[in-house]
Amino acid sequence: MRRHWWVFAVLATTACHRTPESQPAVQPKAFGVALVEMGGGLQAASVGTVLDQPLVVQVNDQQGSPVKGALVTFRAAGQTILTPSSGLTGDDGQISATCQLGGAAGRYQILAATTDKSGKPVTLRLEEIALGYQQNLGRQLSERYCSRCHDPESSAERVSNYDNLTVKPHAFTDGAFLNSVSDTDLAAITTYGGAARNKSAEMPSYSGTLSKTDIDALLAYMRAVASPPYRAKGLIYASE
Amino acid sequence: MGLALERVREMGRKLAALYRFLFGDSVRAFGSLSLILLVCLAVVPAKDHFREWIRLQGQYLRLIRNRGDAATLQRRFQPGLQQIWLPRLGVVDRCTTCHVALREASMADVSLQPFRPHPVIPHSLDQFGCVFCHRGQGAATTVEEAHSSTKAWEQPLLPARYLESSCGQCHQNAPAGTPQLNMGRKLLASYGCVNCHTLLSPAGTRMKATDDPPELTHIAQKTTREWIFAWLKNPQAYAASATMPNFELSDADARDLSAFLIDQSTPLSPAIDAKPPSSPPGADDAQAGATLYGESFCASCHAAQNAAGILTGGDLGPELTRIGSKVKPEWLLAWLRDPHQLDPNTAMPHYRFNDKQLGLLASFLESKTDSDFTANVHLQAATKEQIEHGRTLVNERGCASCHQINGVKRPENFAPELTAVGSRPLAKIVFAPGVPYDLPSYLEAKIREPHSFGMAMKMPKFTLATSQVEALVTALLAQTDRGATVPADLRVAGHPESDYQPAGSAGKLMDDLRCFSCHSINGRGGDMAPDLTSEGSSVQRAWLLGFLKDPNTLRPALIRRMPRFNLTDAEAATLTDYIMTVYQTPAFDSTSLPTSGFTAADQENGRQLFYSKYACQSCHIVDPNKDKGYLGPTLTVVGVRRTAAWIFHYLKDPQALRPATLEPNQHISDEDARALTAFLMAQTKAPPQPGGKK
Repeated sequence: MRRHWWVFAVLATTACHRTPESQPAVQPKAFGVALVEMGGGLQAASVGTVLDQPLVVQVNDQQGSPVKGALVTFRAAGQTILTPSSGLTGDDGQISATCQLGGAAGRYQILAATTDKSGKPVTLRLEEIALGYQQNLGRQLSERYCSRCHDPESSAERVSNYDNLTVKPHAFTDGAFLNSVSDTDLAAITTYGGAARNKSAEMPSYSGTLSKTDIDALLAYMRAVASPPYRAKGLIYASE
Repeated sequence: MGLALERVREMGRKLAALYRFLFGDSVRAFGSLSLILLVCLAVVPAKDHFREWIRLQGQYLRLIRNRGDAATLQRRFQPGLQQIWLPRLGVVDRCTTCHVALREASMADVSLQPFRPHPVIPHSLDQFGCVFCHRGQGAATTVEEAHSSTKAWEQPLLPARYLESSCGQCHQNAPAGTPQLNMGRKLLASYGCVNCHTLLSPAGTRMKATDDPPELTHIAQKTTREWIFAWLKNPQAYAASATMPNFELSDADARDLSAFLIDQSTPLSPAIDAKPPSSPPGADDAQAGATLYGESFCASCHAAQNAAGILTGGDLGPELTRIGSKVKPEWLLAWLRDPHQLDPNTAMPHYRFNDKQLGLLASFLESKTDSDFTANVHLQAATKEQIEHGRTLVNERGCASCHQINGVKRPENFAPELTAVGSRPLAKIVFAPGVPYDLPSYLEAKIREPHSFGMAMKMPKFTLATSQVEALVTALLAQTDRGATVPADLRVAGHPESDYQPAGSAGKLMDDLRCFSCHSINGRGGDMAPDLTSEGSSVQRAWLLGFLKDPNTLRPALIRRMPRFNLTDAEAATLTDYIMTVYQTPAFDSTSLPTSGFTAADQENGRQLFYSKYACQSCHIVDPNKDKGYLGPTLTVVGVRRTAAWIFHYLKDPQALRPATLEPNQHISDEDARALTAFLMAQTKAPPQPGGKK
């Protein structure tokens, strides 16, 4: 019983069903040499929904200053829809697009592309996370029970307890560490408390509060939002 | 002519020869007929051979051939048409004919449809089939017909983003895994959709609005015609969080509506006291007013923009960012003195402010103005025709569906019923140009741009974010015929509404303080503050009495807190007596453990457990010099606050006593719980300064 849902990493470059219908009528007025992500990457949302924040990318020239009027095209896999799918950068050298995720849980890669003066393509890969039922349930539970300590950020409605702990908990996005912990160990720590696996006793046991289904959902959520992305061992992957 | 005739004859001769060749004698005839029959018989399997699902099943077998788990997968594969038949639910689903790997969790690496396994959900395929949640035509055996037919079958496949709606067919409660559905249902109530639209649950109860639109019968006492005009033109310009929709009124319409609303307004009885407070606040008092606003925890319910333009505060009451531009000073003063005199149904408690406090708070709120809001509104005195036109508009727009207005009756069936909107036949819907021909797109367009369906449409335009529109469509799609006819044992009922009302003078007092706006007791009330159903078992009498008089801070990290109502001694005593007597848990006797007299050894043992085994200091503070956790309440004086029996039983199973609590149930043994109780009951004095108590 492992959670392999996330492997549906559908790759824009190989499985592109939705290419722009026709070549955009707009012609670039300027060219840059680099594409930089300004925001909107690695958001997690329910499958098929529109992401809260738009994707923003910036075209820069050799000096690193923004280029106005460069043509940027977004391409995405599966049923992911970007609006607009292409356009010219504004005065600040940036262009933003809203993103509606595809219908299967997993990571979605989005390819932003522009060309330099010689016509050579310059590309930038962005990634978004689509949460299925299980991951979504995990997110709800995580926001209720876990993020008070595991998320160092405070909000107006919720003050983080992170700074008050002697041993700092790992953020669920901390793939660098969490990816190396097996499902069994993560489940044991959540179920029986940190002491069960030689971790801090400040992590309490949740066996009396959460069901096994809940804990499975929490793990599925942790694996979904991990960065770098989590890959289970012993599986065959869709080739990139 | 002769030549043509000759050709026909030649043809005839050839046909006759062919006939003789095939059926000339009985042996030839038998042979030929057998051959023809054979060909005819072969057509059926040949046609079958080229079916879509056979091709896909072949593709699946090729896909799994080289996998490590090929043997298992091949063994489990069942060729031919597959069907899930659930007569009780009316389900005949052949989807598993092509979606062959739905139950194969090991196929998780495959992203190619139709061979993906089904993601983890709480139900099994054999319990509900596919169409129950995904819609589409289950009995169809071609992809096109099963997925997207809208003509022979009403509903094509449901887009993934609205899938949670299917959970809502059975679930009237709010499951944790369906945030979008829950939010949509909340919005239907909080945006007042159900003021105009009837929406019945399968059990037949009508969904109730929670937006509390104000009565307009005395509106002239509260605000000016200019403000009404500007508000009607654009409510969100006054308060970004306003739920009142923008009716896109013309200037003339807004002028006439405001004229009528002022005209129908009657004076309050008893008349409000226009007298200013005894001591008008001075310039120094501006800060004191802001402090009082903070100390009274107005922000628990009311939001206001801060200097940076960020909206902070609760959403139980209206936003107060520009309140000074809205209300008349004498009305505001009367409201702060006793809101129930002006609106008996308001959620706002009756603070017992003295005259000085009233003056401070009123002048602080009046200073929250925005001169731009009504700057360009210049209205002439209204004529009779304008007022009459305003009355017509009130009827046309259905204002009385939400607001109480003198001389206008609340319209019945003003808007279409939404009870079965999720199964509405497409043939009965008029689509606006450019809207895709399916139900979700129609609902989305209708909510987003109601006027694209014709300016004569009564439905106003609400200010909603994309996620809110998605949530609303999800909640509406849950209202299906299927949901209404589902067997009763599959239905999960919502939380039953309670009309609990505490009795006697304490009940009256609790009503006056609107305890139920924030606290919940016996299933009735808000969820902002702790449930008080068992509060009497939980606290010690002396502490409660002091807390009601002066609610000190239990949880410093909380923004929303219990305000100070300035209760008299007698009032606090009445409330305390009632709570201590009536709100007892049946689970245990709160006097079963003594509040003092624990042994030092027990206390020391408890300290060890507190700091080491259970690491309670992660979330609670016992020693402010050492402990830092502030997720849970501060426990420095918990020995004065709680009963020992409560602490003991709470440690054993927190959720049994407070279902909503975050405190995890750690299966603490009786001995451990007793030792921890001993340690906690010894926490009776707040250390005055660092190093005070060890």
